[in-house]
Amino acid sequence: MLMDSVDRTIVNRLQGGFPVCERPYAEAAAELGLSEDELIRRVEALLAAGTLTRFGPMYHAERLGGALTLAAMKIPPQDFERVTAIVNGFPEVAHNYARQHAFNMWFVLATEVPERIEQVIAEIEKASGYRVYDMPKLEEFYVGLRFTV
Amino acid sequence: MNAHAAKVLGHAGFEAAAVPDPVDRRIVLATQAGLPRVSRPYHAIAEQLGISADEVMARLRRMLETGVIRRIGAVPNHYALGYRANGMSVWDVPEDRIRELGRRIGELDFVSHCYHRPRHLPEWPYNLFAMVHGRDRAEVEAKVAQIAVLLGEADRGHTVLYSTRILKKTGLRLGS
Repeated sequence: MLMDSVDRTIVNRLQGGFPVCERPYAEAAAELGLSEDELIRRVEALLAAGTLTRFGPMYHAERLGGALTLAAMKIPPQDFERVTAIVNGFPEVAHNYARQHAFNMWFVLATEVPERIEQVIAEIEKASGYRVYDMPKLEEFYVGLRFTV
Repeated sequence: MNAHAAKVLGHAGFEAAAVPDPVDRRIVLATQAGLPRVSRPYHAIAEQLGISADEVMARLRRMLETGVIRRIGAVPNHYALGYRANGMSVWDVPEDRIRELGRRIGELDFVSHCYHRPRHLPEWPYNLFAMVHGRDRAEVEAKVAQIAVLLGEADRGHTVLYSTRILKKTGLRLGS
């Protein structure tokens, strides 16, 4: 999608701080020098084009009461597809990425209760025959990326 | 510990929180895919949930204050914006300096996430993870080099893991 300068302003300046008030689009639009209608139309178009994946609150997953961890595995190439199917079969696996490294499979486990993390890890190890390296975050140094265009 | 610091409970490193109350939970479910693009979006949510708009807005403000909501706004698709390369840079840094160093790296504008995670010696010596985004690998490499300069002698070894394939991506969602 071709973005004009108004789209770029919206993407760059509305990645946070959207107001919580009766007419938030009107308030945000005024700051950007737009009308409420135009901002709503533009946001809708940016979503439809896939430039934005979402417009709304970004929740902090762990603070919603669940538990989260990052886990890695070292899978020989010839066994990679089989293990992928096993890992992806768990609904607790939220994302799973193949990466170029001896540790070639990296997935995020998200569970409603903390105890379930260890159970899922044990179940994946049993079903796959490979060790799961659990790498939960010990501390987050988060500022938040602002992609600019 | 700052507000984002993990509370280590049971399974090491979990940041556990009170389960949201049922009304908050319904608000999360109604908004996690996005806000309605209508003039009064919070009123629309309130109507859908059968509660007042004032209550919806008060609860959202409270969740912003407590950090349950990181922010409200546009979530860009970084691929669509031209940030096609992402590298997970991982660093072996001294444990006693990790907070100071992690904060400095987390402040860099090209780092989206920066975490302290456990080592698994001897195979995995890295304890600091920083996700670096760029338009291509060369840009990611240049940014990783900037981190190495910033860390100086504290960088006892690092590597960058590029993703080659998304095997699954369902996102983190509360189930209904």
